This record gives sequence, C-alpha cells and structure tokens, in this order.
Amino acid sequence: MGQTLILTGNQTAALAAKLCRVQVIAAYPITPQSKIPEVLSEYVEKGELPAEFVRVESEHSAMGVCISASMVGARVFTATAANGLAYMHEQLHWAAGARLPIVMPVTNRGLGAPWTILNDMQDSIAQRDTGWMQFYCLNNQEILDQTILAYRTAEALLVPIMVCFDGFRLSHTMMPVEIPSQDEVDAFLPPYRLPYTIDAQNPVNINPVVMTDPLPDPAGELAPSYMGFRRRLQEAHESALPVIARLGREFGEIFGRSYEDSLYRYRNEDADFLFLTMGSLSSEASDTVDILRDEGVRAGVIGLRVFRPFPAHQLASAVSGVKGIAVVEKAISYGYEGALATELKAALFSANGLRPVVTNYVVGLGGKDVKPTDLLEAARDTLTQVDGASRHEHPKWLGSGV
Amino acid sequence: MSTAILDLPEEEYIMPGTRTCAGCGLPIAYRYILKALGPKTIMTHPACCLTILHGIYPKTPIAINAVNNTFASTAASATGLAAGLKATGRNDFTVLAMAGDGGTFDMGIQALSGAAERGTDIIYVCYDNEAYMNTGVQRSSATPSGAMTTTTPFIPKEQPKKDFVQIMEAHHLPYLATACSAYPGDVYNKFLKAREIKGTRFIHLAVPCPPGWGFPTKDTVKLGRLSVETGVVVLYEVVRGALQLTGKSLSMARSGRKKPVEDYLKIQGRFKKMTAEQIADFQRQVDERWEQLMARAEF
Repeated sequence: MGQTLILTGNQTAALAAKLCRVQVIAAYPITPQSKIPEVLSEYVEKGELPAEFVRVESEHSAMGVCISASMVGARVFTATAANGLAYMHEQLHWAAGARLPIVMPVTNRGLGAPWTILNDMQDSIAQRDTGWMQFYCLNNQEILDQTILAYRTAEALLVPIMVCFDGFRLSHTMMPVEIPSQDEVDAFLPPYRLPYTIDAQNPVNINPVVMTDPLPDPAGELAPSYMGFRRRLQEAHESALPVIARLGREFGEIFGRSYEDSLYRYRNEDADFLFLTMGSLSSEASDTVDILRDEGVRAGVIGLRVFRPFPAHQLASAVSGVKGIAVVEKAISYGYEGALATELKAALFSANGLRPVVTNYVVGLGGKDVKPTDLLEAARDTLTQVDGASRHEHPKWLGSGV
Repeated sequence: MSTAILDLPEEEYIMPGTRTCAGCGLPIAYRYILKALGPKTIMTHPACCLTILHGIYPKTPIAINAVNNTFASTAASATGLAAGLKATGRNDFTVLAMAGDGGTFDMGIQALSGAAERGTDIIYVCYDNEAYMNTGVQRSSATPSGAMTTTTPFIPKEQPKKDFVQIMEAHHLPYLATACSAYPGDVYNKFLKAREIKGTRFIHLAVPCPPGWGFPTKDTVKLGRLSVETGVVVLYEVVRGALQLTGKSLSMARSGRKKPVEDYLKIQGRFKKMTAEQIADFQRQVDERWEQLMARAEF
C-alpha cells in the first residue's frame, strides 16, 4: 500500500524517478530544477537507488550521457529548465531521431535575455518540434503520475518524453501527493528491454550517415532512407494518443487516478465560454470559472495534459458548441501569437466548420503572478468579442506593466 | 619494444571497403587499435572523418559495435555507454571514444575535460590531422603555425598549435600517450596497455592527411615517420605522471640524432608559403619542446 506525503514538485519528480527504478541519471543543476538531482544524489549515495549517477559538467553532456546509456539499454533520467533545456537543443533532436525512451522533467522557467529564474513555458514550448512528446502537469500528484506514465509510454513507442511542470509554482510548492508502493509501480512499469542487442558477435553501427534514397542491406533488402526514418518518428506520434489513453486507463485501474483523457476538463459540459490552458494555470483558471459561474456565465476550462502529440480531435470535439475560447499562455511565438492558440485554430479548421471566437492572452512571463482579475479580464474581453466587438489582431498581454 | 608486425593478431575489425580518402592515415592506426582492443569494444564518435570511414547505412566495414553522437559530446557519449553498460551488468566491454582535433581540441574539450575529471572508465583517442578535414581543411586550434588551410587561404596560420596533451595531463590521468599512425607496433602496444588500466585513458594520435596537408597519397607513412624523426611528433607515454619515451623517439633520444624540421615541412603543400625565418622559428619551437621532454624522460 502507498502513503500520502507532503512534497514539493521537485521532491515528487525525484521520488517518481526512484519508483521507476531509473538506472542512469545524468543531470546538471539549474534553478528551479536543482533539488531534483540533489534528492536523487541522496538516494544513490544512501544506497536506496542502485543507479549510476553522472555529475556532468553541462546539460549538453547530460543529454549526451542519457542518449548513449539509453542506446545500450539502461532506463535513463535527467531534468532541466530554461537555458539548460535550450543548451540541450541539438541533443533533443538526436534523442528523438535515435528513438530513445528518455524521460525528462522540465521545471518550466523563462529564458534569458534578460535573465529570469522564474516561471513561464517558453523553454519547453520552444522545443515543440524536436520530436519529443510533451506532458504538462496540473499539480504535484500529476508530476508523480505522469512521470511513471511517461516511462511506460516512451518505452512502448520509443519516443522520448518531457514531463513539464511550472517552476516554483509547482517545483517549490508543497502539496499532498499519494505515493504508490514500489510493487504497484513495478506491476505497471516492467524493466526496460532494449529492442536490439549489443553483443560482440553481431555488431551494430548506430545512427550512421543515411542517404536520401533507400539502399539495400547485405541481404539485398531495402533499408530506410533519411525521410523513411523521419516518417517513422511522425508515425509513432500519430499512433500515440490511443496508446496514451489505454495506458492512462490502465494506470487508473492500478492507482485510482485515470489519465485516459489527454485533457483536463472543468465545468465544461454546458459551457459556452472556455479557458484553454496548460500546466498549473489550469487550476487558476478553474477558480476563475467558479467566479464567472456565480455571475451567470457558463464558463469552463480545458487544460492540455499532452501537448505533443497534439490531441486535435479531442480538443475540437471538447470545444464544439462553445462561442468563445480564451487561450491563456505563458509563452509566445514572437511575430505571431502563442503556440497553443495557433494549434487550437488549426484543430478547429481541420474539424471543418467550427468557428468560435478565439482570443489569445500572454500572461505570467518571467514568474509574473497570474491573478483571477487577469483571467476575469480575459474572459470579459473574449465575451465582448463574442457579442460582436471587433477582434484583436494580436495577442493581448495581461499584467506586463511598463 | 614495439610489437613486430608478424606478431600482431590476425583478426581484422575493418573490412575492405572503407570510404576514407586515398592514403588516409587514420585507418592504418584504427586497424591496430581494434586489434589491440578486440571484439568486446564499443566505440563512439562524432561527425568526423571516422563517420566516413564507418560507411553509409545499411552497410559498414567495421566489425565492432559503434555509436554516432553529436559533435561536442563524444566524451559524454562514452560516459553514457560506460554508465549504461555498468548499470545493466555488462562490465566486459571496453568503451572507446574517438574524435578528431576539431571534436577534441575545440568543440569537444568541455565534455572531455568533464569526463576526465570524473575519472570515467573510457579510452579517449584524439586522432589529430591538424585541421577540420572532414568539412574541407579549415583551420583548427591543432593546426600548426605556418600552415595554409581553406580558412587561412592567403595568410598562413600565425598562432602555434595548442598543446592539448598538456591540458590532458593536468587532469591527473592514469594513462596518457602519444602515437603516430606510421608506427603500428607502437600504436598496438599502447592500446594493449591502455586496455588493462581503469579510468580515463587519453591517447593523442597523429595522422597525416594527404589532401589536407598536400602530399602524394603514397607518402602517408613517410610523412608520419618524418614527423617523428624531426621531433615534431614525439612518441611517449605517461603512466601516473611518469614520462617514458617509446619507439622511434626513444631510439632518437639514445642516439641524439634528430632530422631538421625542414625535411618534414618542405614536402607538404600547406607549408609552401613559410619563409626561412618562420621555418627557423618552427625549428626553435620543436627543439624547445624536445629538450623539455628529454629532460622529463631523463636523457
């Protein structure tokens, strides 16, 4: 049987890694992630976790170690944020291209310049196209659950996964977390088995130069081209949502918390106005929805747990019949708008004919507090556009001050 | 003593059909490295001349396990291989990292310094052809002064070659050696020795490059020998701080005979713009380093 502990998000992530029996850890400290490698160092030095802990000299090397350790069959773990994640960028492409089931918490933090150590999501959203899957956590319980789920999912699909959660807001905030027993986790997550062998008799050359057209192997069979490998990575993503749903349901059967739905939904059944958010912002939006409901507005929240692969069909169906959607984001694609707003519009376009008012609000960059008054402003602003007011051409910044 | 050619193992780990340039010095040495390390070797390398040698998917002429990695992370990749194999209970593999001077002296120095400081259980080889050869002979920090490259096309490189071996010595390594592809017996012996030592072992391997240096492809071994006979390359090993000359460099120290550097410089196109004054300066640098090494080796 498990127990309930009061833990920070970082302690939760480290404990999740331990429960997943990670075998190789390579991490470099960066605020607000630093406590994760610290706690894992304690586990390893006390002998509670039989893992190789490599105290690397950079994030680039952290992912370099994870990539090669994963290639020879170890379950690997690292964690980072912000500029550390950006420093890993080329390695992220390598990890996904090499189809390695690496799991990495990202304690979301703003990127320099200018420096901030505080929370926003620019760091992980900017890594959207690296081929990694991205899970986002609402609270510390989800950090634990989604990390365990991430290993199972990554190893089933051979795609690496970032488990993203808000720096400080979750990483440094204590919450009750239900901790499953090791036996329960073991039952859900069996040891990782490398899908090929590393032995001296049958040597392999992993990730060499691949040509533009398929070439025959020594037996005369055509082997994939570069595009063939890349298409397979996309196909893995395309096949992933049903797998994530199935594993999320199975997780619920064992642990009592189902993740079958890639979306967090709050009071959305009869809603004609929705907030669309990710991460801990979803719980702030839920409080705001209660206020709006008291005022007679049929408001609700959709929060994305899975950003890549993008649950476009689920999202389009969840918002069908809604008149206005305020997409509230802690990141922006400079020169256009928040990535989530763009993704939502694309999902609606593909769903053929759904044309609610979609507004976009940039909030909380560099740790700026997102107040219910900000979210109420976003809701009212969106509702005036539903009622016919002219629409904003650009995303609206809330709380940026001077 | 260097192992005689006839006494080397007959097993081959590089099959016919490598894609290196004609006359490349790298496969000569690589052949004997793998003979010394044997089949239970897993190697990692970045994008470099070795990537070309290892061939194009789905075929490879290499009969050991090999992993490609990103440019700056060869030592991190080797660390990952060592950690992953240990964590999964396979302690019978030798982890070999190989990168060129670009991937070692320049972009790879951070990861290598980190791995060496941590005492990671790997053999790291820098095969040094003294420029970014795989991308077309651009200057590196290993390019010697006086050499022309495609990024020093009119004014030959003014700065001296970085003394990378000294940087590695500062990491307190259990084994450090220099080698040259022209002396396969010496190469073989050093890897045989390195294989039996735990911790980070670093080997600097000088490999002549016909297209990059500008000499006929038939002269690769001759160039390698001349580099040693003139003292430009000195063969030695350092075991826990104690320096010992080896092979040809040892016999040169004993005889006191060393050829003038001009013999080595004048037959390479890359040095054709060197003035008499620059050649004299090059000679002075080589002599100074030779004297320092002789003093350390107690000659």
